[in-house]
Amino acid sequence: MTQPQFTDFYTILPFTILVVWASLLLLADLFIPRGRKGITAFLAAFGLAGTMGYAITQVGLSSIGFNGMVVLDGFSTFANILLLLSGLFGIALAHGYTQRMGIERGEYYTLLLFSVSGMMLMAQAADLIIVFLALELLSIPLYVLAAFNRKTQSEEAGVKYFLLGAFATGFVVYGTALVYGATGHTSLYGIFSAASQGTSGLLLSIGAALILVGFGFKVAAVPFHMWTPDVYQGAPTSVTAFMSSGAKIAGFVALLRVFATAFPSISVDMTGILWIMSALTMVVGNFVAISQTNIKRMLAYSSIAHAGYILMAFVPYGNREVVSVSIAAGLFYLLSYVLTNFGAWAVVMTLEKAESKGLEISDYAGLAKKYPTLAAAMTVFMLSFIGLPPTLGIVGKFYLFRAVIAGGFTGLAIIGVLTSLVSAYYYLRIVVNMYFREGDPTIENEPGLAFTTAITAVATVVFSFVPQWLFLLASTALLR
Amino acid sequence: MEFILQPLTLLTFFPLVGVLVILFMNSEMKTAIRWVALVTSLITFGISLWVLSIFTVSSPDLQLEAKYPWIAVAGWNIYYYLAVDGLSILLVLLTAFLTPISLLSTWTAVEDRVKDFMIFFLLLEVGMMGVFLAQDLFLFYIFWEFTLIPMYFLIGIWGGPRRMYAAVKFFLYTMAGSILMLVAILFLGIQTDTFNVPTMLARLPDLYATSITPQTQMLLFIAFAAAFAIKVPMWPLHSWLPDAHVEAPTAGSVILAGVLLKMGTYGFLRFNIALFPDATVAAAPWIALLATIGIIYGAAVSYAQTDVKKLVAYSSVSHLGFVMLGLFALNPQGVAGAILQMINHGLSTGALFLLIGMIYEQTHTREIKVYGGLWKITPIFGTIMLIASLSSMGLPGLNGFVGEFTILLGAFGSKAIGNPWFAGISAIGVIMAAVYILYMFQKVFLGPAGEITHHHDLKDLNWRELITVIPLVIFMFWIGLYPAPFFNILAPAVEKLLSALPL
Repeated sequence: MTQPQFTDFYTILPFTILVVWASLLLLADLFIPRGRKGITAFLAAFGLAGTMGYAITQVGLSSIGFNGMVVLDGFSTFANILLLLSGLFGIALAHGYTQRMGIERGEYYTLLLFSVSGMMLMAQAADLIIVFLALELLSIPLYVLAAFNRKTQSEEAGVKYFLLGAFATGFVVYGTALVYGATGHTSLYGIFSAASQGTSGLLLSIGAALILVGFGFKVAAVPFHMWTPDVYQGAPTSVTAFMSSGAKIAGFVALLRVFATAFPSISVDMTGILWIMSALTMVVGNFVAISQTNIKRMLAYSSIAHAGYILMAFVPYGNREVVSVSIAAGLFYLLSYVLTNFGAWAVVMTLEKAESKGLEISDYAGLAKKYPTLAAAMTVFMLSFIGLPPTLGIVGKFYLFRAVIAGGFTGLAIIGVLTSLVSAYYYLRIVVNMYFREGDPTIENEPGLAFTTAITAVATVVFSFVPQWLFLLASTALLR
Repeated sequence: MEFILQPLTLLTFFPLVGVLVILFMNSEMKTAIRWVALVTSLITFGISLWVLSIFTVSSPDLQLEAKYPWIAVAGWNIYYYLAVDGLSILLVLLTAFLTPISLLSTWTAVEDRVKDFMIFFLLLEVGMMGVFLAQDLFLFYIFWEFTLIPMYFLIGIWGGPRRMYAAVKFFLYTMAGSILMLVAILFLGIQTDTFNVPTMLARLPDLYATSITPQTQMLLFIAFAAAFAIKVPMWPLHSWLPDAHVEAPTAGSVILAGVLLKMGTYGFLRFNIALFPDATVAAAPWIALLATIGIIYGAAVSYAQTDVKKLVAYSSVSHLGFVMLGLFALNPQGVAGAILQMINHGLSTGALFLLIGMIYEQTHTREIKVYGGLWKITPIFGTIMLIASLSSMGLPGLNGFVGEFTILLGAFGSKAIGNPWFAGISAIGVIMAAVYILYMFQKVFLGPAGEITHHHDLKDLNWRELITVIPLVIFMFWIGLYPAPFFNILAPAVEKLLSALPL
């Protein structure tokens, strides 16, 4: 065991910058008067943007720090950029919204920064202990944020999220313990080398399965999804938007790294479990979404369904020839999901009124006539969720299904396409309301929301025509 | 600039120029918006004529290629690849021809949200052109799915009373077919390491000899066929069609019948027959069976309709049955007749929908029983309706006859179908067509005046409406009297397509 060198910090420099910035912001916020918390929001966004600038310079770099506890590679850089982007969108959505809902406090932004830094640490974790640490760092601020509204529903959501989240973390820890018991390592590389020498398969498999359960909660995969609709509905919408993107990215990148790095040797056991989980998640998420009338709940089930699609990328993880393609496909799908998701939530927040009004799907009736641009943007997001041109969604699905079929899981791909047909039904209901029905909706004009909607809608369409650049980025996202 | 100035790129994307202009216009300037859309589509038609003029008729190969790497990441090899050959050029021309005609028909029919209507319509044209020109499966799939979206809005916003139901049904039905095709496309793409159709065609025979079993080939055939059969639509997958047709606005029905259905038959021609030769031969009798059932069923159900538009909609099921029968006869007469019949159906059914739309605009009803004796009041309308009806039922001297006759000729002698009974039974469909169309014509135009004819002060066709339908009538006579130039365009490509089949 050597002492940490200065170079070790280079490996996790974006994370370090963000944590320091968040801590400073916590102090600075004390001196920012109530009612002028816009400054805090701006400073938080500035910190995220600066970190992102630095993270971009790390494209192509690769190193290991702190005796193999953390790692920097194309994969983590891609994830970091995506997470920082989510943080920026999260702040853009939050500022006006928290003012309007009367819940504006400076801590919101600090908590968000801490959560993002936890997610980034997660993306760089190369040791199960760090994974656990990162999981706590990202989750605890989210529990607080979910209860930020101090109204019954929001607090209920916060408590529910906290209890189930803590429970899920317990699974991760227990799984880690079993894996350590089986291999004598917590380092992912150590586990890999010990496991490939043929150490006790069963204990390792149970450990890996428990870790999967824990993360299954985080990413809202069936059958660990029960909390999702309630928490997403109860939490302030700006938090939901951030949570459904950021927490999902973090959960998936951790899973991808842990499974692809540490557990290829037990892929025979795991592939079947992942297959079933992915199929169940797609089926349950999409079918239950049909019967929802509240848009927050509908998007919650839709986010469950998309977790199922992303899980498809895991299924061929034991196949050496396909694994890098399928990781890239998973990341690409995450990217397209995050853009679309933030856009859709921004539109939801544009229509939301105080006391949870304006959240029924029927409230969207007549939107196209009164606000054609907003309706067009929402249509783009819905098409992207379904996976239709001209949006990023279809490119993402194409990429993902291609990886799955190349891995030899054509059956799963067929379930995937059939459930996206089901999803067309409920996503189109929003389009039907916006365009085909008469109504008189009102919207809130907030620059943050308009900005997020516009950026994500344009990106969703434009990148579907020139996905080359994103493809290259995703395909450099290799694991070290 | 070189990229833009490719004839086919220009042809496909020129309508976007109109879309951009309209986007920046005030939605109150309805007439100006209509003119912009019309002029755009006329220029697009002009470009299509230019494409025809530089098209080498004698060559069976893909021509005027516009080919650029689009997504060239390892293992992807997706090209932006447009090209045209004898199989597709007539359909391209039909698309470019029917779009301005449809737009002209909306001049007074669409008053609500004109701006959106024109944007969706021009976007639809882009999608349809792309479907007929794309030679890369990924690109094709993108265009194929994209056509759904504008049509969905056209039906849903400007349609009849049950438009929401019809729009969603149309969307889900069509998507249900195409997603299975997506899986098959990906499978082929992985096996052949390309999405580019000509390259794929070159690589597939080796794979069929080694790694892809006949069963797998059949499954792939079925996955593609599912997408196309729903679009055609073949019996028993047709139930979305009457709803979509009846609820769609006139211009939407014209394009739906005229072009969108042809995307299905074209898909069979371009992809199923070319990519899966063994499966095609094996499936031919079954497809012929479904086609024959469709012909008879469509005709019988048409006769039972009380709504004129629904009658024409079901007649499409019958007519497209002929097209499918001709395609899977897998001999030059059958296939050439089928392609020509695609054009014929576009012309005659397009004209019928236009004419029905024109009278509906005045009376707001399509029930056969309330009309009667219309000929006396609107003789010009009656005459043109008669020509379109006769064309649709296949009277010699008009276009429908040429197509159906060639198809039946092909089907009788087809080795692939292997049984002349299909053709024999289908021939009854021609007679049945005469029955339901003449029945409709008699009830609406002849006999004593019905209640609507009495009470309404019906006007005959005006100049704009005449200009809308006359071009269609000209082509009905042209193809009916002198079809040789059309067959000459088709023949080389058809020969080439069929030469690859194991017959």
